[in-house]
Amino acid sequence: MKKSGTLIFGIIGWVIAIIIFFPIFWMTITAFKTERGAYSPDLIFMPTLESFRDVFARSNYLVFVLNSIYVSIGSTLVCFIFAIPAAYKMSFFPTLKTQGRLLWMLSTKMMPAVGVLVPIYLIFKQCGLLDNIFGLIIIYTLMNLPIAVWMSYTYFCEIPAAILEAGRIDGATLWQEIWHLLRPMTLPGLSSTGLILIIFAWNEAFWSINLTGANAAPLTAFIASYSSPEGLFFAKLSAASLLAVAPIMVLGWLTQKQLVQGLTFGAVK
Amino acid sequence: MSVATQPPVSAPVGTPGDADKPNRLLGLLELPSVGALFLWMIVPLALTVYFSFIRFSLLNPDVSGFAGFENYQYLIEDEAFWPAIINTIILVGAVLIITIVFGVLLAVLYDREFFGKNVATLLVIAPFFVMPTVSALIWKNFIFHPDYGLIAFVLGKVGLRPIAWFTDFPLLSIIIIVAWEWLPFAFLILFTSLKSLDSEQKEAASIDGANPIQLFFFIIVPHLQRAIGVVVMIETIFLLSIFAEIYTTTSGGPGHASENLAFLVYSLGIQGFNVGTGSAGGILAVILANIVAYFLVKMLAKNLKGR
Repeated sequence: MKKSGTLIFGIIGWVIAIIIFFPIFWMTITAFKTERGAYSPDLIFMPTLESFRDVFARSNYLVFVLNSIYVSIGSTLVCFIFAIPAAYKMSFFPTLKTQGRLLWMLSTKMMPAVGVLVPIYLIFKQCGLLDNIFGLIIIYTLMNLPIAVWMSYTYFCEIPAAILEAGRIDGATLWQEIWHLLRPMTLPGLSSTGLILIIFAWNEAFWSINLTGANAAPLTAFIASYSSPEGLFFAKLSAASLLAVAPIMVLGWLTQKQLVQGLTFGAVK
Repeated sequence: MSVATQPPVSAPVGTPGDADKPNRLLGLLELPSVGALFLWMIVPLALTVYFSFIRFSLLNPDVSGFAGFENYQYLIEDEAFWPAIINTIILVGAVLIITIVFGVLLAVLYDREFFGKNVATLLVIAPFFVMPTVSALIWKNFIFHPDYGLIAFVLGKVGLRPIAWFTDFPLLSIIIIVAWEWLPFAFLILFTSLKSLDSEQKEAASIDGANPIQLFFFIIVPHLQRAIGVVVMIETIFLLSIFAEIYTTTSGGPGHASENLAFLVYSLGIQGFNVGTGSAGGILAVILANIVAYFLVKMLAKNLKGR
């Protein structure tokens, strides 16, 4: 009785999983079809790397890949430079204002991007930051900063204060404390924070579409250009998309546990 | 982990006279983050408010001066305005309902053990990591396409005519795409929350003779209540600004059938060079989001105190 129940639920679970994953699966196999073959729903075909070659040959695909890498890693690094000192202060030396300040930081995430699109666009135009990688790094840093502070704060809070105190009693200087005590203990937490920030920046599409053009467009904006294509393009679209999505999906799978904390600001664990 | 009750680490170290100095320096550690976010909050928003009350067109530099509520009036009288508001509400509402209903059911299903569950979980959460422009385009071309899409293929096999999804059901198509992107999010949160449900509580209920339906409504749903609240509010914030999915599929059309507030602001302010009216639309979006944010922050504050 119990066994058969498990089997039935297993089958239902797998069928749903396959249906949900299907569009991604379809994109993946289409990427390995020829451009002509991509328009027929055959499951059996000769896999080819033709479309990948086309993608690299016909557009400066590498430029867009590099833009995505620069923008997501750049904004994540800047985020950490700002967030770690703040999180350190808030978790080890909390004051009465700390809670309010954390919530206020969070509330900046609540502002819909579209509410500030027009002025940001005009400021960027004035400052030459339109279609500029640094412009996008600024935006993504500000977009991710509350999450960076909040998550680092949560991880710092998990470190028992007694360990740091013991270190101080043994005469550790501030630097020794940070390097020998804090760094090893917070590194796992901070790396998953970093991965989540990279995922968010990599997949951001509102600002990238509105603020970049041919020079600074990351992959999100580049893929959008396939919305008005010419000629046969299914296989090329699939190849370009697969390369854009695959690395981030692996990162996402690796961080799925921390992702929940990061996404809900620690409200759900 | 209690944060508020933790004694400050610095207190017992050093002489009492030193205590003030490091504290002042410590304040500096917060300053970059707080300052940057303060600027990010205040400057663009103040500019949006300002622009929304002046006459400002990028096409015509002669237009200038205080406009009062003209921009708002112009916006509300725009034939695209009410469709945009209604579409925004339908889009947010429909996606919320779909993702939460299916998210809860999926979470309950995946709470059981079954063969290869961990791998199946990876497949279920995968769409969340696909960038919005890719999601929209694979649905548009591989699933919904009236000639080459999978739905058209299946309908053709059964002898039915293909459906022109983006012309006949533009908003529904976008709802389906966005729900597909956000279902994994709802699932992941609800699934995580469900894991913390005490299995003894479930067992006790079944020993007392509760059937699975009673178990679901009286034990599981109440337990998930807070997680559902979190999902509703976080999704709402993001769903209010849905843009890329519309931009890459229907561009708001046909007519204004699939245009939401975010897309309207883009088409007025950026595409149409009408800074004043676009800004007025931006302010309305901010007000909408703030109503939601108020409740979210209130709930998280309660949560912080609870630790």
